[in-house]
Amino acid sequence: MTDKTLTPPPHTEPVVFTRDMLDWLPWIEPMAEQDMTERHLASLVDASRVKSPYFRLLARDPDVLEARTRTDKDIFYNPEAGLPRAERELAAAATSRLNGCIYCASVHARFAATYSKRVDDVQRLLDEGVGAKLDERWEAIVAASVALTALPMAFGPQHIERLRKVGLDDAAIADLIGAASFFNWANRLMLSLGEPATQG
Amino acid sequence: MSDVIDTLVGIAPGSKLDAIRAQRSEARKHAQASYTSLFEPRNMGGVTAEERFAVASFVAGLHGEPQTDAFYSSKLPAGMRTAIAAEVAAARTKGPYGSYPKGPLSTENTTGLLYRVSEGNRGTLGRRLAAAFEHTHMLVFHPRDAAAPALQALLDAGWSTTDIVTLSQLVSFLSYQIRVVAGLRVLAGSQK
Repeated sequence: MTDKTLTPPPHTEPVVFTRDMLDWLPWIEPMAEQDMTERHLASLVDASRVKSPYFRLLARDPDVLEARTRTDKDIFYNPEAGLPRAERELAAAATSRLNGCIYCASVHARFAATYSKRVDDVQRLLDEGVGAKLDERWEAIVAASVALTALPMAFGPQHIERLRKVGLDDAAIADLIGAASFFNWANRLMLSLGEPATQG
Repeated sequence: MSDVIDTLVGIAPGSKLDAIRAQRSEARKHAQASYTSLFEPRNMGGVTAEERFAVASFVAGLHGEPQTDAFYSSKLPAGMRTAIAAEVAAARTKGPYGSYPKGPLSTENTTGLLYRVSEGNRGTLGRRLAAAFEHTHMLVFHPRDAAAPALQALLDAGWSTTDIVTLSQLVSFLSYQIRVVAGLRVLAGSQK
């Protein structure tokens, strides 16, 4: 029998980029918790994610989900050297802003604001987009994320040069490449398998 | 076992970029595990190896990455490679474009190509792959246009819900892998 898409329950869709907490409603059926095997549960990595319809949907292909999640965690959470956490989150938020993923942008704008304490700058990125006036270091990071995200890709030696001038070493630049590239993965899943909803 | 990102960038053992990637050893290991689980899985499930490599070749072609394209298309029969090359030529455009939910962001809406597989190649690709290519083009160039009917089109073409998860992960993973490779290649080329 052919599967059918889901009709999300009545909800309010966010119509602006926001740092508010959002929900996410799937368009195709996540796994039911009682149907999940040990392998499916292990693929969530964090046991609490069993409550998330997004992760229970991705758990249908558990090996890919687990590898995706462990890639994500090292790019963003590994504290050793490289780019400060706030700026990895800035790259994620800028990528999400350009691709138009309101859900992903909300999560990573919150993280960028929390870790940098630059709430106004982060909000300006959400409100005005990737051309927002920030400071030279953040604008260089946003510009590099944009050049990696837009097609055809325009990332070139001039971006590396600009990042070096604002103090990024090669490990930090590699982190930026990882963070912006990873959000080209995450944005596409979030945007295409369901939709965001405002909470409350 | 060799690492696909290292291979495509040309990162030599002992090089500076090798050392930098080693500082993110979990990301390196699991980016490779993502590749393996998508292209050499323990169980192909409902998505055949040829479907996986055909979509990958199409994605790489859309990104204009000849080395990555060659890597994936080398696994395909010649007839399929020819059909994909023709589809890539018709489908390549600029991105990201698309529409937002109606409201203040509507002023940022931009339109672009709404790609459909050519009549001539529908037979070569078959119904499932033709539907997958049309969905893939949206994911690559205008993901914010995604909506439930796009998934229904895949279901109607014979993709199960679980197959759709695998297909979506494959296209999305490649959107990551191709950018990491392109970015690290520029970084490698700028070593002083």
